[in-house]
Amino acid sequence: MSDAAGEKDVVVETLFPEIANLYGDHANIRYLKLCMPEAEYVEDSLSGEPYFAAHKPDMIYMGPMTERGQELIIEKLQPYRARIEELIGEGVLFLITGNAMEVFWDAIENEDGSRIEGLHIFHYTARRDMFHRYNSAVMGKFEDMTLVGFKSQFTLSYGDNSKEFLYEVTKGDGLNREHKLEGVRRNRFMGTYTIGPILLLNPDFALYIQRQLGAAKPHLVYERAMRDAYEERVRQYESTEFVLL
Amino acid sequence: MAKRTARFYAAMLIGKLAYTTQRLFGMNATFFPGKLALQICPDFMGQVGRPKNLIGVTGTNGKTTVSNLLVDLLEAEGIKTTNNRKGSNTKAGVACAFLVNATLGGKSKTEWGVIEVDERSSMHIYPFIKPDYVVCTNLFRDSIIRNAHAEYIAGIISAYMQPETKLILNADDLISSGVAPDNPRVYYSISRLPTDTETCHNIINDCQICPKCAARLVYDYVRYHQIGKAHCPNCGFASPVPDYEAKVDFAQHSMVLTERGEAQTYSLISDSIFNVYNQVAVTTLLREMGMSPDELRDGFSKLHIVDTRYHKTKVNGIEVIDHMAKEHNPVACSVVFDYLSKEPGTKEILFLLDDEKILENMTWMYDCDYEKLNSPLVERIVVPGNRAKDQKLRLMMAGIPEEKIVIGMTDEEAPDYLHLEGTDQVFVLHQCYKPDLSHKLHQRIEELIRKRGA
Repeated sequence: MSDAAGEKDVVVETLFPEIANLYGDHANIRYLKLCMPEAEYVEDSLSGEPYFAAHKPDMIYMGPMTERGQELIIEKLQPYRARIEELIGEGVLFLITGNAMEVFWDAIENEDGSRIEGLHIFHYTARRDMFHRYNSAVMGKFEDMTLVGFKSQFTLSYGDNSKEFLYEVTKGDGLNREHKLEGVRRNRFMGTYTIGPILLLNPDFALYIQRQLGAAKPHLVYERAMRDAYEERVRQYESTEFVLL
Repeated sequence: MAKRTARFYAAMLIGKLAYTTQRLFGMNATFFPGKLALQICPDFMGQVGRPKNLIGVTGTNGKTTVSNLLVDLLEAEGIKTTNNRKGSNTKAGVACAFLVNATLGGKSKTEWGVIEVDERSSMHIYPFIKPDYVVCTNLFRDSIIRNAHAEYIAGIISAYMQPETKLILNADDLISSGVAPDNPRVYYSISRLPTDTETCHNIINDCQICPKCAARLVYDYVRYHQIGKAHCPNCGFASPVPDYEAKVDFAQHSMVLTERGEAQTYSLISDSIFNVYNQVAVTTLLREMGMSPDELRDGFSKLHIVDTRYHKTKVNGIEVIDHMAKEHNPVACSVVFDYLSKEPGTKEILFLLDDEKILENMTWMYDCDYEKLNSPLVERIVVPGNRAKDQKLRLMMAGIPEEKIVIGMTDEEAPDYLHLEGTDQVFVLHQCYKPDLSHKLHQRIEELIRKRGA
């Protein structure tokens, strides 16, 4: 059973689910709702003021989006840049997946050299190549756990994340093909190119997120099925030579 | 058309030789000869003669059915077509269709052409063959690794559509109806149905914000996913006004299609809403090209949708149904799940939606409405293969009780795990590339029913 008493004050904010919802990532919050039903879940719309502007949520989540979506969201969040930095500094948990992470970068560069300025919170640059999609599985070490997942993107990112990476890749690539350090982690801001239902794919990471949110008794709904699928994937990945799909 | 070069004639000769040789060996010869011709002459498509009336058909779902209906209707009128119905819808398949239907000198042997075009192959096809008309049925999420998202595919189609091509577009889909906005266009629609809802009942709707001003769209009604009618309360943007609007009467098995104020009645060739859309698209196109309503009615009366994706038999009172469910295409699978859930009677399902590549991205499962399978009528789901444990978890996330889900066997063993007692229907859901396996398992299920019933 969930620790309902501890969860009542937890607020999980999802940014712009009407467009930041590609690749099954919305299942992360659906799953969190199953595990922490007493928490409050708020959704921000592009047409309103984000909840975090006037409140301090416990967690902010944003999933992957289209390229146009990135530009809309950067424009939307630009006035809140300082507030986002403040929330990161205060230790609010952020989980940002896929190309949503690039919104927080210095810039996204198009093939023709034009640039879309990001929020300049993290000093990386993403480079788009709209004719070559990068597709891969990925496996890596995060704290004491092995993370598994998928990447599917038109961009690769460049910059030195050696002091603020999310996890060290053991199979697959990090921010780009020459890189083994994946994503960013600053305080409790976690960003990764890994897409999809990463909480469902990684049971221990789902428990970790619940602990970060203060659940006294973190638990996994469908734990046995989750662990079976996870263990199978780890076994398969460990015994397979990784290739780009 | 570009000037024909020596390379072109060499490509034509060698391509035709390859075609004849492959046919002699009983092969389909619908891809390799075209691939060879393109290797010899990369501008083969630009130099080969095109039929006088050339139609392209594209879109995420329905393009094969629309292409087949068009070919069947035209051929029923005695019109021979250049088409790729038996082959690939990518560059080599299209090149092959043109090669086979041209003389050695490169002149088209047919007056009409119907070419199914893979959306991502637009750049390799439209600039060369310059269709007179292109039907775009719809654009949805498809394979994540190949197609990314619907907006990306819409962008590709827009970028490579030739300015002279007239588009036949689905007004009920705000994504595909917006492609190539400067091209001449005709819209078709199906008017509101009793089953339409105020809000989307699917997990994904990829058109929730206004394409013009990004304000939240208001849906007057939703049919499925982003299909429906919507408007923007901020800037006035709205679903296009249809030139052809069908009022469908499923009970009477007919539709009244109003085209620019004039109503015509047609019998439906299928009761599935997806095939009604396909029929409306075909009717709109052929009316635009000058076919009369009587000719169309006559053509439809001789047709039925030969759905190689659906095969049903009945043994000892149990229906055994093979149904293709395009893997990695969450909307196509959701549609199949929805259809299945609405069929009366108890059912068991054999899931052949596996990935042979274990590194393949399976995140599409969470965009797909597995929740539709959460019905008391679905009594058992048997899942073989590499992805069985992922499928089990997804099914459980959809609320399906664990005891209904059986995993841990090979494809060939899977029929043995079905109960086949007290069941009204057994569905074998298979992927595009596994029809042979599906057929084999279908036969095995029939055997088991006979054996257990004996």
